[in-house]
Amino acid sequence: MTPAMSDAERLLDVDDLRVSFRTEEGVVHAVDGVSFHVDRGEVLAIVGESGSGKTVTGMSLMGLNRSPNATFRGRATLKGRELLSASDAELRRVRGGEIAMIFQDPMTALNPVQRIGDQIVEQIRAHEPLSKAQALDRSVELMERVGVPRAAERLRSYPHEFSGGMRQRVMIAMALSCSPELLIADEPTTALDVTIQAQILRELDQLRRETQAGVILVTHDLGVVAEIADRIAVMYGGRIVEQGTLDELFYDPQHPYTWGLLGSITRVDRDRPGRLPAIAGLPPSLLAPPSGCHFRPRCPHEFDKCVQRPELEVRDPAQPDHCDRCWLAVEDKRRLRVVDGEIGLAAKQGKVVA
Amino acid sequence: MAIDPATPDTTGTGAIREAGGDVPAAVGPDGRPAAGIGPYRLGLRRLRRNKVALAFGALFLVIVVLCLAAPLYADHVAHTGPNDNHVTEQVTVRGEQKDVVSPAGLPIGPTWQGRFLLGADQNGRDLAVRLLYGGRNSLQVGFVATLITMVLATIVGICAGYFRGAVDGVLARILDLIWAYPVVLLGIALGTSLALGGITIGPLELSGNSLYVPAAIIGIVYIPYVAKPIRGQVLGLREKEFVDAARVQGASSLHIMSREILPNVASTLIVFLPLMVANAILLEAALSYLGAGIQPPNPSWGTMISDGIRLIPSAIHLTFVPGAMLVLAVLGINVFGDGVRDALDPRARVRISAAREEKISDEAMEATVEH
Amino acid sequence: MARFVVRRLLSMVLVLFAISILTFLIFQAIPNGDPAVRMAGRLATPEQIAQIRQSWGFDDPIWQQYLTTMGKIFSGDVVSYTQQLNVLDQIKQALPATLSLSIGAGIIWLFFGVLFGLISAIKAGRFTDRALTVLALVGVSTPVFLLGAVALYFLAFKLTIFPNGGYVPLTDDPVDWLYHLILPWCVLSVLFIGVYSRVLRSNVLDTMSEDYVRTARAKGISERRVMVRHVLRNSMIPIISLWSLDFAAVIGGGAILTESVFNLQGVGQYAADSIQQLDVPPVLVVVMLGAFAVVILSALTDVIFAFLDPRIRLTG
Repeated sequence: MTPAMSDAERLLDVDDLRVSFRTEEGVVHAVDGVSFHVDRGEVLAIVGESGSGKTVTGMSLMGLNRSPNATFRGRATLKGRELLSASDAELRRVRGGEIAMIFQDPMTALNPVQRIGDQIVEQIRAHEPLSKAQALDRSVELMERVGVPRAAERLRSYPHEFSGGMRQRVMIAMALSCSPELLIADEPTTALDVTIQAQILRELDQLRRETQAGVILVTHDLGVVAEIADRIAVMYGGRIVEQGTLDELFYDPQHPYTWGLLGSITRVDRDRPGRLPAIAGLPPSLLAPPSGCHFRPRCPHEFDKCVQRPELEVRDPAQPDHCDRCWLAVEDKRRLRVVDGEIGLAAKQGKVVA
Repeated sequence: MAIDPATPDTTGTGAIREAGGDVPAAVGPDGRPAAGIGPYRLGLRRLRRNKVALAFGALFLVIVVLCLAAPLYADHVAHTGPNDNHVTEQVTVRGEQKDVVSPAGLPIGPTWQGRFLLGADQNGRDLAVRLLYGGRNSLQVGFVATLITMVLATIVGICAGYFRGAVDGVLARILDLIWAYPVVLLGIALGTSLALGGITIGPLELSGNSLYVPAAIIGIVYIPYVAKPIRGQVLGLREKEFVDAARVQGASSLHIMSREILPNVASTLIVFLPLMVANAILLEAALSYLGAGIQPPNPSWGTMISDGIRLIPSAIHLTFVPGAMLVLAVLGINVFGDGVRDALDPRARVRISAAREEKISDEAMEATVEH
Repeated sequence: MARFVVRRLLSMVLVLFAISILTFLIFQAIPNGDPAVRMAGRLATPEQIAQIRQSWGFDDPIWQQYLTTMGKIFSGDVVSYTQQLNVLDQIKQALPATLSLSIGAGIIWLFFGVLFGLISAIKAGRFTDRALTVLALVGVSTPVFLLGAVALYFLAFKLTIFPNGGYVPLTDDPVDWLYHLILPWCVLSVLFIGVYSRVLRSNVLDTMSEDYVRTARAKGISERRVMVRHVLRNSMIPIISLWSLDFAAVIGGGAILTESVFNLQGVGQYAADSIQQLDVPPVLVVVMLGAFAVVILSALTDVIFAFLDPRIRLTG
């Protein structure tokens, strides 16, 4: 990794992270050599479909998926402190304190039989020597900050008395309660209505500006990413297949899988096609992934070189932060990615757009 | 899990929670159905790997075979029947003449030879012969009761879940009613009143000491424990697309219930089957012990234990022998049943967190891509 | 909330009514033969039978028979014709023994069931878990009367550590009361411990994979706190409702086998003895009252739960 920024700015550094799980069927390589970094006040989006390893990556940073069946390799350092090999006690200080996480489904992520206030207070008091009353006061502030009306009163409610959007706000308030330096948001808006989604994203955006926390936004939805991400890493089959700034990814995507993702975004500014062109085929089995490029079986532009493993490399010297894992030449890519005048992925069996 | 004869509600709910109304299809590590392998093949493969469950299943099978061979043993080894008295006789044990039943009324203990292998009871009957014949009765009652429970519960559960409305209302209330009775109390109530007079249902007439009376009682008592989870599962299944598809194609209700719904609840039934056999055998023993089950002189493990307990402490073997056999048989089928459940329900095993986490986003992904 | 309580109590009344009819049918109408003969017992004279037929109204229309039977049961003038004793008096006399047995055993089985289930879940898949699973399966595979008999043989006859059955009222001698009850408590508990530990194990494992437990871990609280405050607390809710149902069932006649093995002279044993003598009236009354007790206690449980669980409170 090139240390492009000074250490004061660099928050998280992940280098060649590999996570595998032993299962009944064999070893699943959920994350297969992932490297990225997050700076203060920056939003890194990790985008990919299910089974791409994006959630596992986020969980691994907090040690939430540690189990006797799991193996972790590589390095992940937060301000120079190693996370993957941290002891349980060290990890406890990190969890909720330095790194906080917002989960996908606010309906199930809160304990149904505990009052909202107690759940926030529990987190605050795990990290700071405050009395219950002090912690409650802080909870009220937090709830007001994330836009929950009548906060003091609502702290005594149970999760089922809240709407989905309100619960997600509670989750965010909880995550922010100990001023974390890194916030991992795992599909924070997937389970919410479209209108609420936008509000929540705006709030996240505002909060990272105020607190200068780094944010990892894990999502399958490029539309969400466009709103607040600074940089994007696209994951497929346990690997990052393309990484770059928001503009680079949206306007000059290099990997065919990214084209496919971009082609299937719903856009308000254009007529909706009869049916969104989904990428044909299924994600690879992580038990026995294809050799070489993992996207090869679904890629219409596959050629003989694809059986070799492509590395995540800078392909265009003009864009030093933009790298991808595809053997195609840059000029071929720029030609092949245009389908019907838009960026997209051609059908595998159809004629390749020439 | 076994349902204790003494405590219906417990195990009812417990068993159902454990056995689950919902046995999912085989799931691969990525949360998708494992390609190419049906859930039953996969279950069988898991079961085959579970040596403990197989060993206990084999134990149960051996006991069943032994009990079926009871007449052979009686005729060719022991040379006596299950109800033949030998109170006044003597038997030669290692060259020594011994009373089968001592003048004080104490029966002989195990001789470890052909005649009176395991000793005699207070009536001078060969304990080993009675043990095997008793086992035949206990097992027969257990199997017949289970058959009654499974068949009726499947019909009731599927009909209630499928038709809903008034049919469901009536059936579900009846199930609730049986459910509200403590199992043993209902068994006793039926047992005491039927054992005296027998019962006539249309052309079918059962006398009080017929084996089918306790079998029918036990079978009926356990119906709600199977029918309720089946009903719940069917309520969910009938909303599924494949049922709609069949209905649109003009399939009759009977066809949909038997061809579309039944196969989908089959795994639940399979999980319940060994469980219910074990519970039926236990309840038979409890009812027989109380005198409301199999009627003397018919032997059964329960009646034999009941007879034996009266002679504690002087002739403990009269309790131990049938007791051990009963526990071994029930334990065998319980451990095997536990293995079957684990094999068909992967959730019961140690979970792999990654599979679950990715599965959630999987569904979210599908939802967005499809629309 | 109030609506939930009213609805639950109303359905309880309906179930009670249905149960009383079913019980009546089972005893008086379904079986073959003359109900008066069955009621009279084995040693009855024709005059007695005629008198019973007249007093129970067996020649009346069936609905009237039902009313007569219910009236007799609840006014407390059912008499055992074999023993010439009032049934309700006998039940009242036997009740303290049954309550002592059920309450003590209920505490023991809840405690150990939860303890073993929790250990089993935490050690899931390892040796301790397997050993506890086998023990639990042995527990649920052993009939309680057999276990009681074996325990009596070894601990009362061979080693004489414990008394050979019998019941001493608490008010007579608390120490002796305890001494006589320890063995029955343990024996009755074994099976429930087996069941509860298995149920709790699977509840705990299910709860551990809940999202909110992951949230709790992500907060940075100690693993112990995660287990107690989040996992155990949520896993215990179904266990407690199971417990109250079982407890009701044990009081309502479920302890019949234990009582008779240990000669505790409780309600269950009274019923068991009556069955042995084919003395129907006590069995009828015990079954009817036992089933009523179970239904009423389980309705009360539901109502109490509605107060405890915030989710039911709102949606119910």
